[in-house]
Amino acid sequence: MIKVENLTKIYRTGTFGGKELHAVSDVSFEVQPGEVVSLIGESGSGKSTIGKMILRLISITSGRITFNGEDISKLKGRELKEYYRKVQGVFQDPFSSYNPIFKADRIFEMVRQEFYPHISSREWKDRVVKALEDVGLNANHCLNKYPHQLSGGQLQRFLIARALLLDIQFLVADEIISMLDASTRIDVLNLLAELKQRGLSILFITHDLSLANYISEKAIILYRGCITEMGATEKIFTDPLHPYTRMLIASVPRLDKKWEHVEMELDRRAGEVNGGCVFYDRCPVADKGCAQFRPPMVEVEEGHYVACYRVMDEMDPVNKALEHSLSKQ
Amino acid sequence: MSLSVENLRIYYQTLHGDVQALDGVSFSIGDGEIMGLAGESGCGKTTLGYSLIHLAPPKRFVEGCVMLDGEELPIWDNERMVDFRYKKVSIIPQYAMNALNPTRKIGKMTRELLESRRLRYKDYLPELKRRLDLVQLSQDVLDMYPIELSGGMKQRMVMVLSTLLNPSLLIADEITSALDVSTQKAVAEMLVEFRDREFVKSMIVVTHDISILYQIADSILVMYAGKLAEKAPTETIIHSPRHPYTQLLISSLPEVGVKYSEKKLTGIPGSPPMLLNPPTGCRFRDRCPFAFAKCVEEPPFVEVEKDHYVACWKEMPVHD
Repeated sequence: MIKVENLTKIYRTGTFGGKELHAVSDVSFEVQPGEVVSLIGESGSGKSTIGKMILRLISITSGRITFNGEDISKLKGRELKEYYRKVQGVFQDPFSSYNPIFKADRIFEMVRQEFYPHISSREWKDRVVKALEDVGLNANHCLNKYPHQLSGGQLQRFLIARALLLDIQFLVADEIISMLDASTRIDVLNLLAELKQRGLSILFITHDLSLANYISEKAIILYRGCITEMGATEKIFTDPLHPYTRMLIASVPRLDKKWEHVEMELDRRAGEVNGGCVFYDRCPVADKGCAQFRPPMVEVEEGHYVACYRVMDEMDPVNKALEHSLSKQ
Repeated sequence: MSLSVENLRIYYQTLHGDVQALDGVSFSIGDGEIMGLAGESGCGKTTLGYSLIHLAPPKRFVEGCVMLDGEELPIWDNERMVDFRYKKVSIIPQYAMNALNPTRKIGKMTRELLESRRLRYKDYLPELKRRLDLVQLSQDVLDMYPIELSGGMKQRMVMVLSTLLNPSLLIADEITSALDVSTQKAVAEMLVEFRDREFVKSMIVVTHDISILYQIADSILVMYAGKLAEKAPTETIIHSPRHPYTQLLISSLPEVGVKYSEKKLTGIPGSPPMLLNPPTGCRFRDRCPFAFAKCVEEPPFVEVEKDHYVACWKEMPVHD
């Protein structure tokens, strides 16, 4: 369905744009119909940048995104509108997604004006009520209100309902529950899971691993714009291989286990990636080879990919020999 | 007993009347205790945290008594509180990263801060440097502007500054909610270390994230709609909560390892009541699956076991 190939985004920074910031480098993955894929990473890992590139909100430096085989960066005019009919996004802060001057249900009317001008307002109203029911809201309670009169969870579900009014096939959910309260966030998550069962594909962008595990089948761990580990969520959670993934899972606060005291570097030097493994300066098991060469993605077991020389060593003695010969050069 | 709060009532003044954000709150914190304060947004947890240090309009002091180290804290009187702020009570604000003055070098800002409290920068400099080492900040940061520090460094700088005078009470307001899991963990562990080294006597950690509290807090106080729902040692709150709200709140948290396909979690239906004209009786009544006739009366906050306080009729020992 959505296929991302060697996607790279480079920002020019510095006074005269002399420096480069690799927000996303060489990322490839695929989302199948009816699949929820989690994109997990800390802030600055490029996870939102990928979401925005899929929604064509920012340009691509190199690489390709295809939707059902079509390159989305070439879409124009009518084709682009058709794309947005099928691919929509919902973002982190529901309060700033609305114009506070207008009533919240104006977003539904905007969809009608843009995409369905031929539908009568009566029929449209029925559709809106139906879409609101789908997201678990009672239309009598929440239509005709201003954004400040609705709760964050309600507003967030409004935005999902808005997406459902279109013939949506793919949803980019960018941190959509991080601003919600614990008691309502699980309802929004369950809603996503129900939509998935009806065949919707979702790219679930989050920094919270337990939420990702709850809802998705496939997880992609990002660090500084590079994929460090990718595979079935269960495998990544029960058997994390990359040292970064391990560290990330160890620092998730949980209710059944206390943190073990692990020394951790608090800071990360942002930005420039120079040749070696992106995780080199924080990695407890890195060696010289890691500083020189970027580890490739290897499949360690079916559907579980890792980019780490240390993991490769354990797997295959041939690789080890190969890497040694490389580092001697 | 480091801090004790008796029947504290703080209302917000609005054009439509008083919003009863904090309605008759009583609890106490022991020496060296880290108390977590949890609840949904709008439950009054931040109001409680801030009113102990800076009670400004539209917040209005209605009644109550706050004792810190055997001395009454004059929270209703902004002028008299000046003697207590920073020295006895200190706060790490929610957006600690934006709490530093961008136009001053950090050292100069610290000097001004101390001088405003009639203290000499020179006297505190050695201790300041020692604590910077402790949080792994170079002493050079004192000659830097805040813009030269990364977010995590600013957060640590603010933590050092807030606790420099060894306050009796430190209020940490949602300091981990904007951070990544790995930074979150480091910051939370730093709080525990500050307590262990007795830089602060006791601490109130305000957050909506109960799993963080489970890692660092000694006791947890759960609030709902401006009232206290339950207070108990951390283990008790997590493993055997007695208030229905706490039970539902904890069961709605997705744990690591739970999947939708295997175990469907549920949220709490409904939403908290408006606090402008709150309903009488138990405020959780409308959302509570166990509500019964008695719940139209207001449940008192009583000790049902040692150190375990609950405000729920269901848990009340029967007298008559």
